[in-house]
Amino acid sequence: MITVKDLYKSFGKLQVLNGINCHISPREVVCVIGPSGSGKSTFLRCVNQLEKPDSGTVTIDGVELTSPRTDINKVRQQVGMVFQHFNLFPHRTTLENITMAPVVIKKTNKAGAQLVARELLRKVGLSDKDDVYPAQLSGGQKQRVAIARALAMQPKVMLFDEPTSALDPEMVGEVLEVMKDLAKEGMTMMVVTHEMGFAREVGQRVLFMDEGLIVEENTPEQIFENPTNPRTQSFLSKVL
Amino acid sequence: MQLLDPHIFALNILQPILDAHGFQIVSQNMGNFLHGTLLTLEITALSVLFGMFLGLLAALLKMSRYKVLSIPGVIYIDFFRGTPLFVQILLFYFGILPLVFDASSFQAAVIVCSLNSGAYIAEIVRAGIQAVEKGQMEAARSLGMNNRQAMWHVILPQAYKVVIPPMVNEFIAMLKDTSLVAVIGAEELTHSGRILVSVTYEAAWIWGTVALIYLLLTRVLSMLGDYLERRLATE
Repeated sequence: MITVKDLYKSFGKLQVLNGINCHISPREVVCVIGPSGSGKSTFLRCVNQLEKPDSGTVTIDGVELTSPRTDINKVRQQVGMVFQHFNLFPHRTTLENITMAPVVIKKTNKAGAQLVARELLRKVGLSDKDDVYPAQLSGGQKQRVAIARALAMQPKVMLFDEPTSALDPEMVGEVLEVMKDLAKEGMTMMVVTHEMGFAREVGQRVLFMDEGLIVEENTPEQIFENPTNPRTQSFLSKVL
Repeated sequence: MQLLDPHIFALNILQPILDAHGFQIVSQNMGNFLHGTLLTLEITALSVLFGMFLGLLAALLKMSRYKVLSIPGVIYIDFFRGTPLFVQILLFYFGILPLVFDASSFQAAVIVCSLNSGAYIAEIVRAGIQAVEKGQMEAARSLGMNNRQAMWHVILPQAYKVVIPPMVNEFIAMLKDTSLVAVIGAEELTHSGRILVSVTYEAAWIWGTVALIYLLLTRVLSMLGDYLERRLATE
């Protein structure tokens, strides 16, 4: 599904990614953990090319995103992304946030898009919030709308960039619950997270990153119970 | 105390004013002032309207990552912000426009004021666009929108709030600056004043009236601006 080869990225003199290689299969849920500054978010943002890597390739479903001939907008329609700070469109209602992309990009008719949007809102447990503006929602509700907005394009892959890091603790659960359901339905997911509980429970594979490299990858059980790399061990001893 | 008596006030204060030669000149020529005022408003409104299109275009050009687009944007904005409007009026009316077509003074006034206004509005629009949080563009692009779609549906609708207050200021500034086109004989308010003074020599009365009309117009505009700002704040 997703294949990443020799990904390098630097911001000025700061080398952020030092040659990332990884492969993600369809329906797989992969969690990326690691200390801050280890390049997790940059790695995720390179997957849908929000960040242009200096070198290396990203291939999704046989399409090489890093090739200049690829229509990146076409590919991104199949790769949903959820941001740490939600980034909902504040000038549009919840429902309009969800229908905007299908209407604008796919030229779906408005009524059809609204039908789908209401169904998605029901799915994330916010049926009654279709007519409100993002400013009137709590953080957890915002993030659930953001997930619904990404799903409206019927993506094949979902990327989550620390989706619960900006939330008050009591709202983390509701967002993780929605993500768990999504994983059960068989969505291919890449989740950059600090929620070790989620990584352990929902992740099928965990990647541990440090200094721009995937230092260790394994099943959650192996990573959390028997980490082999000393850096993984020291990181986990601090967060668990 | 006597002044407060309406009868005495009318007789001693009001009557001499009404009797003054200047006042009679002004009131007899109200039609000329009105005509000039309407033209001033017309030139201002058209210039700011065209200026908005030019400004939006120039702002987008200047922000483009392609040099062939950004350089013309930068040159346009720098030229019209970096030279006096008075010089621009003379240059276009006497120098450039005659090479293109036989422009009337009114047409020339609108063209130059639009170009000038567009340059200032471009910077207002650019500031407005850049004030929209970076994550908004990223969210739109991550959904698969191209740059144009994201601009139109996500960024610009949010930028306009930031843009409206300085846009009202630009409107007020343009209203006053249109007085400069009197030099090429566009029959706006200042031009009407010049003609009347040259005929009647009542400079104080006539220029006073002209100033008062400008003041009235700019007051109304800035009140409108305050109203808009309050409404946007509560939205």
